[in-house]
Amino acid sequence: MTDYNFAYLDEPTKKMIRRAILKGLAVPGYQVPFASREMPMPCGWGTGGVQVTAACLMPKDVLKVIDQGADDTTNAVSIRAFFARVAGVATTTRTAKASIIQTRHRIPETPLREDQILVYQVPIPEPLRFLEPRETETRRMHALEEYGLMHVKLYEDIARHGAIATSYAYPAMVNDRYVFDPSPIPRFDNPKLESPAIQLFGAGREQRIYAIPPHTRVVSLDFEDHPFEASKADGVCALCGAEDSYLDEIVADDAGTRRFQCSDTDWCAERRA
Amino acid sequence: MYVAAKGGEEAIAAAHSWLAEERRGRGALLDVDQIASQLALVVARVMSEGSLYDPELAALALRQARGDLIEAVFLIRAYRTTLPRLGASRPIDTGAMACDRRVSATFKDIPGGQVLGPTFDYTHRLIDFAEAAGADPAALAEAAPPLRPRVSDHLGREGLLRDEPRGDTSPPDLTREPLALPACRALRLQALARADEGFLLGLAYSTQRGYGRTHAFVGELRLGAVEVEIDLPELGFSVAFAEISVTECETVNQFTGSKTEPPQFTRGYGLTLGACERKAISMSLVDRALQWRELGEDFVGAPAQDEEFVLAHADNIQATGFLEHIKLPHYVDFQAELELIRRLRRAAAQTREAAE
Repeated sequence: MTDYNFAYLDEPTKKMIRRAILKGLAVPGYQVPFASREMPMPCGWGTGGVQVTAACLMPKDVLKVIDQGADDTTNAVSIRAFFARVAGVATTTRTAKASIIQTRHRIPETPLREDQILVYQVPIPEPLRFLEPRETETRRMHALEEYGLMHVKLYEDIARHGAIATSYAYPAMVNDRYVFDPSPIPRFDNPKLESPAIQLFGAGREQRIYAIPPHTRVVSLDFEDHPFEASKADGVCALCGAEDSYLDEIVADDAGTRRFQCSDTDWCAERRA
Repeated sequence: MYVAAKGGEEAIAAAHSWLAEERRGRGALLDVDQIASQLALVVARVMSEGSLYDPELAALALRQARGDLIEAVFLIRAYRTTLPRLGASRPIDTGAMACDRRVSATFKDIPGGQVLGPTFDYTHRLIDFAEAAGADPAALAEAAPPLRPRVSDHLGREGLLRDEPRGDTSPPDLTREPLALPACRALRLQALARADEGFLLGLAYSTQRGYGRTHAFVGELRLGAVEVEIDLPELGFSVAFAEISVTECETVNQFTGSKTEPPQFTRGYGLTLGACERKAISMSLVDRALQWRELGEDFVGAPAQDEEFVLAHADNIQATGFLEHIKLPHYVDFQAELELIRRLRRAAAQTREAAE
């Protein structure tokens, strides 16, 4: 063990974060301000997710950390090592064995269960941010359920490109009330946002926490004549042959030959086992 | 192959060993006291932006950070956040400061006199090769500094300078509560005191060049030691528990009056831990520019007037973290963009062919 409290944060701080989480679960999709702490790792590198995970962790938990779907990405390795050190919890790379999964940019391919928590690292929690830079203004827009601007943006995409040109961090409406940012997951993952698991979103630098309770309705924004489409690269995994998993594209040689493999390394490995 | 590589763990460990070797460098290991005393200004900047008064710890952080200022500030912040908050001190009395330096640009002579102190002002910026050879400076005669009341108190007596409301309540703590906007001035000043010096300098400079001009005079700039006291309710009096060095700048700004205020001078305020003169002056200019709402002035759209813009982007730890995170792998979202762009291009090509 270390000189720090279990899971690094002191208990009053965890309590403060848990309150924000509970509020977030009570009002799905609402961005709850919380007094984000300065963590011993940089803002923008998962400090929001780390604080949420720290507030949820119990000694018996089994933690999995992924970045880009993979367990062996450097920042995932670093965050996993952090919790192994300051909480002493068991870690795993197996999605099915984890009780808490902290993720950056992916939802695991293996369906999640009711006894699991998925914690997302969120860079910019505000789905309206790039349409309206002012927080004071966007909070008002959410309060009034004023999402016309977002629909105009999606419409303009269609007018210009013939399709909605948002490929990741695709906005969705949760529980028929709040439009929220699912973090920069590919839109391929959006249908998995309706899940039996608890989903918690932590944005440390922006001091916001939000949540999707289990079995909550999540609708990706679209139009009747341009329905949402969960797209992915046209290819199959070179390792396991999967056709229906999200793929990483790898440039295999100097001639630019492309190869694909599963982004979810655990899922791919399980299929080959 | 830069992969989210298999073997990330070994790669990280190897990188850290390499870093440790590079950090050690050549020659004798720098003594923390040497850093704190000979590179005092960079130490002050780390304390100021780290929001923690501890020269030794700041020096240690600087050495660990290989002289990278923001990295050192980060180490201090991450340490500071683990410390308990025991209470709030009484406001420090900078009027009772033992001044090492004290200048006013608004009056030729002031009670207590002008004191240049250890300043770079009026030095010729010529590299001192004699110092490089290790020549020691001549010793100074030491004298007890006299009391020097603040210049603003003189102006205030005449009612020429806008009085600032005093409050007994502890100011909000932005490290313990989420920042809510609009922010009160105490909270704004707190954010500015932790802000990146370069960012504040640029903003302050922009007001001088016309982006939200505030007509600032340096009413007074002072640097020196003050006592920090805390009330002990059990005893019914306060006790001094520390002496810290601070830099304070008060600007006197022209103000022609508004619907709600008669013509009078107004003030901008800057305070930093340690000797951070440039930052204190910058802070006071930005503080004054941000007061447009309280004073009933016009918002002219200048960046330095924009509270949300200034407060959201002034913190270099937040800024650097988010900026540098773009070097982390992003191939999942990039892949999503690739797939989309290829699809849109395919569709565009088909449309073109159909038209031909």
